[in-house]
Amino acid sequence: MNQNSIAVDVENVVKRYDSVTALHGVSMDIREGEFFTLLGPSGCGKTTLLRCIAGFEDVTEGAIRLRGEDIAPLPPHRRPVNTVFQQYALFPHMTVLENVSFGLRRRGWIEMDAEARAREVLELVQLKDFAQRRPGQLSGGQQQRVALARALAPNPEVLLLDEPLSALDLKLRQAVRVELKQIQRETGIAFVFVTHDQEEALTMSDRIAVMSEGYVQQIGTPRDIYEAPLNRFVADFIGETNLLDVEVAAVSEGMAEVFLPGGLALRCPAAASAVAGRGHLSVRPERISIGPKSAETLPATVTDHVYLGTDIHLHARLVDGEPILVRMQNSESSGIPERGSELGLRFEAGAARLLVD
Amino acid sequence: MAAAAPAGATRSEIYRGNGPRLMLPVWAFIGIFLVLPVLLMAIYSFLTKEFRGGVIWEITLAAYDQFFLDRGLFGDEPPQIEWTYIGIFWRSIWQAGLATFFCLLIGFPTAWFIATRNAAVRPVWLFLVTIPYWVNLLIRTVSMKFLIRDTGPLNEFLLWLGVISEPLSLINTNFAVQLGLFYSYLPFMVLPVYAAVERYDFALSEAAADLYADNWTTLRLVILPVVKPGIVAGCILVFVPSLGAFLAPDLLGGAKTFMIGSLIEEQFKGAAGNWPFGAAAAMILLTIVLGVLLLHARAQAKGGR
Repeated sequence: MNQNSIAVDVENVVKRYDSVTALHGVSMDIREGEFFTLLGPSGCGKTTLLRCIAGFEDVTEGAIRLRGEDIAPLPPHRRPVNTVFQQYALFPHMTVLENVSFGLRRRGWIEMDAEARAREVLELVQLKDFAQRRPGQLSGGQQQRVALARALAPNPEVLLLDEPLSALDLKLRQAVRVELKQIQRETGIAFVFVTHDQEEALTMSDRIAVMSEGYVQQIGTPRDIYEAPLNRFVADFIGETNLLDVEVAAVSEGMAEVFLPGGLALRCPAAASAVAGRGHLSVRPERISIGPKSAETLPATVTDHVYLGTDIHLHARLVDGEPILVRMQNSESSGIPERGSELGLRFEAGAARLLVD
Repeated sequence: MAAAAPAGATRSEIYRGNGPRLMLPVWAFIGIFLVLPVLLMAIYSFLTKEFRGGVIWEITLAAYDQFFLDRGLFGDEPPQIEWTYIGIFWRSIWQAGLATFFCLLIGFPTAWFIATRNAAVRPVWLFLVTIPYWVNLLIRTVSMKFLIRDTGPLNEFLLWLGVISEPLSLINTNFAVQLGLFYSYLPFMVLPVYAAVERYDFALSEAAADLYADNWTTLRLVILPVVKPGIVAGCILVFVPSLGAFLAPDLLGGAKTFMIGSLIEEQFKGAAGNWPFGAAAAMILLTIVLGVLLLHARAQAKGGR
């Protein structure tokens, strides 16, 4: 299938409840065969959008097209999409096999074919020995796979996943991430994955839509989003970052001239709509290096350090009192600076980025 | 209590050691108010009747003989099967089954409606369902009689509407008894079904819809099987008392609608009473009910695994 053809086209979708607007004109294209993640804090509208695609909610304005066809008039049971629910919603009175063949049987498959297909999908999720169990007899991780198998069995045009890993413990969650991504690649089905966990989003997605308060903040590859956040919300939400208050002297052709606290001048990339005046500079803590004070470095005073094994977190203050976090790799050569000692900070080229608020 | 506990014993250790003794009041209650009366009834059913009620302590099978066998007017003909009482039992089972069916038909949607309301208003709806219970069953059944009699509000209303040209005589019919049973026991269906629907995870319905099941299929394959324990409980709670009911058939029915409850009641009331026969009828009723429950329990055990 063509990687660039559109599986789901979300166009200007607005969702209003009585007094609240959950989605304010959201638009995005989800491509065939891609792992697409809706990422944002709770209440950002990501689950609402997923439910609009599944058909559990009607859109107030705008359109959702599935392979070019407007699906607004279709009730959920006529939409060729399947969902992995957050709490799995497995049918407790049916065996695993009956759960997985449920969708196939409703689509008119005869029992024998449905069972064969269900066993095939159970094999894909490594549960073929559990076909005759009931959901109540399975662990959380196994239930999660049954939910995945059940949604994959009818071979949907798009698979929707509503925070499917949130009920698993950390260790299991990390293992399932890899597995889920692998299954997505093997089946070639477009996955729309909802999560509030930025690490999950970064490790699995082909592309991410970061959402907040019913708006799409940025759509891009994990790398785009992490390294070139468009605005303050995205920079702050994805990973750890330092947001420094700076004086912006000039912006031209995507580059900005800014003055850091203490007067040091810096040329750095700028978000598209950045303008001169006051602004925020995002600097990832792992892309700051420390050295002796000099004219080309940003002076800072060490306030604390936290030993994390692989990393050391250095908490410091700039001359104007703003806190800044530096993440140093733990190696033999790096001594840990004493509390109260004065340092010069140096930003790697391209590490700092001017954002719009 | 705490003073008597050995030093260092935790609360759960104290309770565990005293388990059987702490259960004593419960066993005593069940023994005195459940086992003993049933045992007494079982014994009475094998005794000889005394005129004007009461029993003579002579063991006999006369009561069961009278129930099942017809030996003619003077008791000297070859025994044939006596259909009178079996007929009454059969009619009672049919009436109780019908009442259960109608209660389910109306009770399930009612319970569904309440369980899907806003959590704040659900108690209000439940309260409304239980309101009739604040009035004595006898009074309610008598009111029902007034409602449906030939010159009652129901007939007056239908006449006024012009649906009928002369009053329907509803009283003393199977319909009237059925109405009485349905009305008396409907809440017994609504409450357990409500409890089951209230616990029902509506994500299951969404999952079914997501997997191409229309509303009817979702009801049939997902909702009903999942809330089945509530439905079964409701059916038992309606069927069992309907089977033994005597107020509705007494007040709303006539000779042709006679039910087990009335039969038994008559044996213990008034001069025409026959205590052993009443006890025997009660034991047979108990056997039928226990049989149904046992069958159900076995079906559950097989299906549920």
